[in-house]
Order: sequence, then C-alpha cells, then structure tokens
Amino acid sequence: MDEKNGQKSGFDNQQWFNRAWPDDDTRIPDWIYTDQDVYERELEKIFLGRHWNYVGMECEVPEPGNYIRSYVGPFPVVVTRDMEGILHVFENRCAHRGVEFCREYRGTANSFICPYHNWTYDLEGNLSAVPFRRGLGGRGGLPPDFDMAKFGLRRFSVATRGGVIFATACADMESIEQYLGPEIRKEFDATFDGTEFKLLGVHRNILPSNWKLYQENLKDPYHATLLHTYLTTFGLFVSSNESKIPTDESGRHGGLLSRRPDGRPDVSKEEQANMQAFKETMKLNDPRVLTYFPETDSKWSGSVLTIFPTLTALRQTNILNTRLLVPRGPNEFMMLWTVFGRADDDDEMTRHRLRQNNIFGPAGFLGIEDNEALRFLQEGLGKAIPREGLALLGKDDEPDDTIITERAIRGMYRYYRDVMEF
Amino acid sequence: MLTDIGDESKALREHRLNIEEFNYAYAETLDAMDVDEWVEYFTEDAFYHVIARDNAESGLPLGLIYCEGKAMMKDRAYALLNTEMFAPRYLHLSISNTRALEIRGGEILASANYTLVETRVEEASRIQQVGKYRDIFVYEGRRLLLKERICTYDSVMVDNCLVFPV
Repeated sequence: MDEKNGQKSGFDNQQWFNRAWPDDDTRIPDWIYTDQDVYERELEKIFLGRHWNYVGMECEVPEPGNYIRSYVGPFPVVVTRDMEGILHVFENRCAHRGVEFCREYRGTANSFICPYHNWTYDLEGNLSAVPFRRGLGGRGGLPPDFDMAKFGLRRFSVATRGGVIFATACADMESIEQYLGPEIRKEFDATFDGTEFKLLGVHRNILPSNWKLYQENLKDPYHATLLHTYLTTFGLFVSSNESKIPTDESGRHGGLLSRRPDGRPDVSKEEQANMQAFKETMKLNDPRVLTYFPETDSKWSGSVLTIFPTLTALRQTNILNTRLLVPRGPNEFMMLWTVFGRADDDDEMTRHRLRQNNIFGPAGFLGIEDNEALRFLQEGLGKAIPREGLALLGKDDEPDDTIITERAIRGMYRYYRDVMEF
Repeated sequence: MLTDIGDESKALREHRLNIEEFNYAYAETLDAMDVDEWVEYFTEDAFYHVIARDNAESGLPLGLIYCEGKAMMKDRAYALLNTEMFAPRYLHLSISNTRALEIRGGEILASANYTLVETRVEEASRIQQVGKYRDIFVYEGRRLLLKERICTYDSVMVDNCLVFPV
C-alpha cells in the first residue's frame, strides 16, 4: 500500500487457479466461459448428454429428399426427410475416413456420396454402396466379413413438436414434452401452434462469445430497455409492460413474455429516470415496421423462449424465428437464425414479416447491440484478471411477473452446475 | 431515341460513367457513416435489400436489411445514429466492376461489385462483406437516383453484425 496515495489494492490473487464454484449462487465464475476443459466437459455432459438439441425447422425440409446441414452442439449433422416423409438426423462424417461430406447449406438428394472414396449413404444414413468392395481382379477390397449395416452414419434420435426438430444422442431420453416441462411447453405451443410454417430465409453469423452468454442474454429482462433503446424510443417494449418470466422446474428453460399495450405505452417518470436514452416523442417515418396483426390465442405479443441447451425461439409481434447456437470452442459460436412465416400468409403478410425482421438478425436494431455487447463481455471475461460475475437482481422466490431480475440466469446455472458436476 | 446497337452501347457507356461517379460518392458517404445523406441517394419509393447469396439463390426473400421506401431508410438512419450501441470502427467501402447493363424505358439497369472492410479498435482490418449490387437507376431532373439496390452478399457468415448499410 502506497502511503501517499492511500488506496488499498482491490485485487486478490486467490481466484486465479481456483476452480471451486462459489457457494453464493449470485456469483458466476469466469472460467465457465473461457476454459477449454470446461468446454470439453460440456460436449459430453450437455450436447451428447440427456438433452434434446434443436437442429432445425420442418419448414426447412418440407419435401421428401430435402436436407439441410445442421449441428448437435458443435457436431456437424445432416437433417433429412426421406421418401416416406420421415425425418432423420445423422453425423455429417463419412464412416470411412471421417470426411464432412455434405457441403451445401440445403438441397434435395436421394443419397449422399462422400467425394473422397465414393462411399454412399441413403437418406436414413445407411451405408448403401462401397466402390471396389470386392477389390480388383480378386485382390484387395474390404474384408469378406465387412458388414455394411454396421458402418452407416451414426444417428441421433429425433423428436418434433409444432414443426420444430430436436435430436439427441441419449439412448433412453424422455419425450420432448417431458423435457420442456408444463410451464414452458404451454408457451412453446403458443408459438408453434400446429399451423404450417413457411421458410423466409436463414441468417448466419459468428459471435466471438461463449454460447451460454446468448442464453443468458435472453433470460435477462434487465438489459432489454437499457441496452435496446430502440425498443423504448419507438415504444415496442418498456419495463412497465405486463410481463412474465416463467422457467421450468429444473431452471434450464425459460421465457420472457410481454404484452404490448394497444397504442403507445405509458412510461412512468420512475422508468424514464432510469433509462438514459428515453425519447418521448419519436415516431417512425414508416410505422408499418411495428404494426401487430394478432395471430395467436396467446395474450403475450412478445415471447422469447430459451430451450436448453442451444435453442431460442422468438415470437415478437409478427416476427417468428428460431436461433440455433453452434458452439465453436469456449470463445466463439455460430448462430443460425431460421426466420419463417405461416404457409397461408398472403404476399402482403410476407412483406410485413420481412419489414418487421429489420428489428432482429445480425443487422437488426436489437441484433447489432446484443452481438456487440456479448463480444465486449467475452473480451472482458477472457482478457481481464479473473473475478466472479454478479447475478444479484431480484429474488428466487419472487412473483414471476418481476422484470428487473436475474432469477432465470441463476436458475440456469444451478442446473448447469448440477449437470456439469461442478 | 436509340436506333441501333452502336448508339445503345454508347449511351450505356455514358450512363456507366455517371453511375461510377455516383457509386464513388455513395461509398464516400457510407465511409463517413453519414447515413442521413445515404438516404438521399434513393428515390422516395426505392427498395433497398441486403440479402445473403444462399437465401437469394434458394428463392428465400429474407434480408439482413429490408427497406421498402425512403421512410424506412430514414428510420434506420435515425436508429443507427441515435439509438444503436456498437463499437467504434472505420469503414472502407470499395465499389468496382460497375456496369450499365440495359436501358429499359426511363430506367437503367446496372451492377457492381462491392467490398466493405471494417477496422475496429486494436484489431486488424477485416472484410465484413463482399457482394454484388443489382441496381435500377432513374433520373429525377438531372439527378441520378437509385430506385432499387439489391445487395447480394457472398460472405454469408456475418462477422458478428453488420452495423451500417452497404
């Protein structure tokens, strides 16, 4: 301590190698976002563990023979619809030498041929042909006892609900309905209500951030009106909107539900004082972007669901999208946004959804800010002298319409800690 | 009135020169992040669309940016300058291979390649987007304006986010 300047250092070095999870669950350690061995444990315990991983929407593979590239956790897979209309999810990795054989974003095929040695697979992932299987001139080739049936592509179990496709490596997995739990299932069904969807397109972006931070972001109603001044400036969302933050029993899934009042929301003086950038008088030159045509029975005009581990599902006014988080190591993930409308939308409704989608996506008014904030956050966690993050706001036994809270973040990490055995 | 191919290609060459001048000024405006001025390169009813190449080639209409009319562009400009949080950066938009393709009534169909290089604090410069403009230009009085600019980008995997238009 410097006597003249008289400040005691605020650093203690005890946390540097300390991997013990803090006893206080309002504290989240830095190392879960940055460490390679933690990431590797997630591969086993989470993505290949007892979880349903979102892999795509049925409207991305509407016809027999359709396929898309996708991922279970970080693992490349192909999602196909076979000639009988059945969905399959298998590894995008040839059983022979391991080539990632499916190279197109999407397409239609009746088989997949690995380009390296032409091993061929059907739409279910079965190995259907191997060139020179018997060798040439009676010499070479595969061993005589080679069993084609044993060398198909490794498959995941598949479940669908409301047009959303999930896959799991877990052999005795519970149903997707049980997995979601009653509270979250109800809100899931309000968005994926059994109508047929129509794909509008896919956004793809790389975020230099740990995948869990994105789930946190959408479990965090505290940031919504503070980071996203677009919402408050144009009256799409303010903290005094009627809201609900449900979670499932385990804490792993959550929702941010809100109801936009008709007309411009009433923003209290208390709220204005807390929001730096509040502008009372702004009106859009083209207000069509915010028009809401009610299209569900739900009272909530906004619903963001975080389905553990890597799905977020958004219904915000007339924007419908799912986001798949694809981890690429502890410090980066890829995000695939599947944006859709309903099959019976007319051209004007389709255009309305396309206009409204300016708000989200990697160039959206909210997307830009979330992506930038999470990039800054990962840099803070990765470069700085370690300490614990805080998730202090609200209470765990508060009413679920409390909005200035981090209850859902704490809930997810209680579950995470349990599964990861930390 | 154009009477033969020779006249048309001469007219196209002239338009191409004007469009090149236009594109250079357009790039300079965006390099300066002057999005209020950017709006003024368009007609009142213009359509501006930034769309990933894989979506475009699959017939999927979703855009990264989708503006029907100048009013929507003004709203984006206002939001960028007044509500959006993003890291400081330098922008460098290069427009090349400008071509005037066809004169159709009062409209000139054109195309160009573009590259947006972004440089953030303490980072190397990196390509944020490469793509192709497919344009429809019109003259309003003596002023050349965009009636439509469709930006189809090859760099489908967006690096974090696209803040400014291209």
